[in-house]
Amino acid sequence: MQPGDEITPLAVTPDRYLTVRYAGASGDFNPIHIDEEFARQVGLPGRILHGLYTMAQVARAQTDAGGGPESLKRLSVQFRGMGLPERELVVTGTVTAVADGVATVECGCEQGAKRIIRNAEAELRLPDG
Amino acid sequence: MAVNPGVIGKTYPRAQYAVGREKIREYALAVGETNPLHLDASAAREAGHADVVAPPMFAVVYSLPVILTVLFDPEVGIDFPRLVHGGQEFEWGPLVVAGDEITTTVSVADVSERAGNGFYVFASESVNGQGETVCSGRWSNIVRAAA
Repeated sequence: MQPGDEITPLAVTPDRYLTVRYAGASGDFNPIHIDEEFARQVGLPGRILHGLYTMAQVARAQTDAGGGPESLKRLSVQFRGMGLPERELVVTGTVTAVADGVATVECGCEQGAKRIIRNAEAELRLPDG
Repeated sequence: MAVNPGVIGKTYPRAQYAVGREKIREYALAVGETNPLHLDASAAREAGHADVVAPPMFAVVYSLPVILTVLFDPEVGIDFPRLVHGGQEFEWGPLVVAGDEITTTVSVADVSERAGNGFYVFASESVNGQGETVCSGRWSNIVRAAA
């Protein structure tokens, strides 16, 4: 990895019931993610994705690029806008620095024209680092 | 809204979480992991791990019970319908594998108010049975101003 390199983009379309499976898997049963009617009542367009699910997609793009789960040293994200089920998420990232066996990757996640995770920064432990 | 900066520094009772193979698989499948290290115990063993490996973001699973305690603490006073997750940071140490016992502690790192919005930062630290820090987290939450 060299500064300026782009990591392989990760694209995924969460299906209609993904938020239910993620709620069960994570333990986050906030009804805004699983109950269409409740979500609308609190002014949302409908059920929204868990931010931490979307962050997991950003993490997955990093561990794919870094060669496995042990490569991810740090990940920090800001959530902006709401992710929706049944629409494609695309994670991209660019290496901005490599030093002392650690690559810094600036990354984000878009859904359509919306950047729902921005100012994300990952640190990847490089092999032979 | 009024925030309560008096809770800054408050810590919560530690919580233990026993990491199970099927829970890792359930989580890995939910987030779309395809790496066999997370799904197949024999593949994980061949790679030198004791059992299936938790994806890094599995930190959410073993940290969340304590984070929920903080979110529901009346002294913190979060107004749920106005709560949004503003940001998240994790830093990882050694990998977590099925069979590990993880102990997590959480504290209130910061509480502030700007333009009627409440900003809350919670810090989590999770250690394994060997006392190694497997993950530390900063959970930033925003309680939006009343419309």
